[in-house]
Amino acid sequence: MILALETSCDDTCAAVVTDGGVIRSNVISSQGIHDRFGGVVPEIASRHHLELVNAVVDEALHKAEVTLDDVTLVAATQGPGLIGALLVGLVTAKSIASSRELPLAAVDHLHGHIAAVFLEPQPFEPPFVALIVSGGHTLLVDVTGPREFALLGQTLDDAGGEAFDKGARMLGLGYPGGAALERLAQDGDPNAFSFPTAKGVKGCDFSFAGVKTALLYAIRDLGEKEADRRRADLAASYQSAIVEALVQRAQRALDKTGRARLALGGGVAANGALRGRLEALAVDLGIPPRELCTDNAAMIASAARSVEPLAFPMYLDLDVYPTGAKGL
Amino acid sequence: MPDLVHQTEGPGQTEALAAELTDRLRPGDVVLLFGEVGSGKTTFVRGACRALGIAGPVTSPTFTIGQRYDNASVSVSHLDLYRLGAGGEEDPSLLADYLTSDAIAFVEWPTAVGTQMELENVVMRLEFEHLGGDRRRITVL
Repeated sequence: MILALETSCDDTCAAVVTDGGVIRSNVISSQGIHDRFGGVVPEIASRHHLELVNAVVDEALHKAEVTLDDVTLVAATQGPGLIGALLVGLVTAKSIASSRELPLAAVDHLHGHIAAVFLEPQPFEPPFVALIVSGGHTLLVDVTGPREFALLGQTLDDAGGEAFDKGARMLGLGYPGGAALERLAQDGDPNAFSFPTAKGVKGCDFSFAGVKTALLYAIRDLGEKEADRRRADLAASYQSAIVEALVQRAQRALDKTGRARLALGGGVAANGALRGRLEALAVDLGIPPRELCTDNAAMIASAARSVEPLAFPMYLDLDVYPTGAKGL
Repeated sequence: MPDLVHQTEGPGQTEALAAELTDRLRPGDVVLLFGEVGSGKTTFVRGACRALGIAGPVTSPTFTIGQRYDNASVSVSHLDLYRLGAGGEEDPSLLADYLTSDAIAFVEWPTAVGTQMELENVVMRLEFEHLGGDRRRITVL
C-alpha cells in the first residue's frame, strides 16, 4: 500500500493507492479562498499547506480504511513547484516514513501527470504519446514504459492553462478563469477573430505568448464597449487558437513517433473543445477522470510504483527542486 | 551609463537589450519588472538568463510563482507575483527560497506584494510598454 503526498502548488493532496494501482482514497484540499477574493489567490504560502497537510493525510488513510501499519511505501512530489510548498509535502513524507523506517519514493510532478493514466480501473498501457497541459506546464512526451520517456516538445514561454487563465482575466472573467472562458466561448463564433497558433514554432514545441498578446490588442482595437459586446466571440476565437495549437503539435508528435495512441493529462484536459478536437484525430485516446488530471496525489502514488525507492535513512537529506523535470 | 529609454522591434531585440542591461548584475541583486500582460517581461528575463549561460527553456513563472535556474555559474530566480493579488497577506518566507544571496532575482508584478513584503536589494526597475505589434518600449526607471 502506497501513501503519497503532493503539495507542489496550490492544493494539498494525499492519496492511498495499492501496489496494483487501485485508488483507495484521493483527497484534494483546494485552498478554497478563490471565490472569497474574486478569483485571485492571495495566499499560496507554504504555511497554508502546513496547516492542512496532517488533516489531509489522516483523511486519506481514513477514507482508504487503512492505518499507517498497512503502508509499505511513502511517496512525495520532489519537484518542480514552489519550493516552500514542495518542502511541506516532502518533509511530512520523510517524517512519516522515517518514524516507521519505511522506504520513500521521490516523484517528479510531470512523471505523476503521465502516470495518472496507469491507474485502475482503466489503465492506459504504453506505448503512447502523452500531452500534458496545465497552468504551469505544457509538454508532449513519448511514453514507452512506466518510466521510459522521451520529451518531444514543451512550451517556450507560457503554459496552455496559463494562456486560458490570462485570457479570462483580460475578458473580465477573473483569475483563474479558464473554465469560465470555456463557458463564455460556447456562445461565441470561433472564427470571428483570427488569433495566431504559433505556426512558426517548429516541431512539437509550444508558444502561447503570441496569442495572449493578440487578444490584448484585439480588445484594445475594439474599444471597451465593443469588446464587451463581442466577449463571447473573442473567447471562442481565443480558445479555438489555443486548442488548435495543442492539437497541431499533438498530431506532429503522433506523426513523428508513428503512434496511434494519445494520453491527455493536466487541468486543461477538462476543456471540452480540446477533447472534441482530439477525438476527431481518430486515435486511441486515454483521458483519466477530471480529478486525476488536475494536481492530485494518486498520480504521485502511481508514478512511485516505477521509481526506485530510497531505503531508510537514505532519504533524510533529500531536497526539493523548483524547476526542470528530473524524471523526464 | 546605458540609455534610459529603449525601443525594441521584437523578442530578439528585447533579449539582446536584456543581455546589455543586466551585464553588471551580481548575485543577491533584485530587478523589478513592471508592465502589463504580454509586454515582454519574461522575454527580457530569458535574454538575461541566456547571457548568463543558462540553457534550456526559460518559461513564465506565473503559475508556479517562482522558477530557479541553478545550472550556470550564477543562479537566477525568476518570480511572478501576479497570482498573489494585492491582499498583502502573503507570508514573506514564501519568497525566501528565491531571494537568496547567491542568485540574481527578477521579479514580475512586484506591486502585488503588500507592504509587509518590502523587497530588499533592488538595483534596477524596468517598465515595459506595448507599442503595437512586436514593438516594445523598455524604460529604466
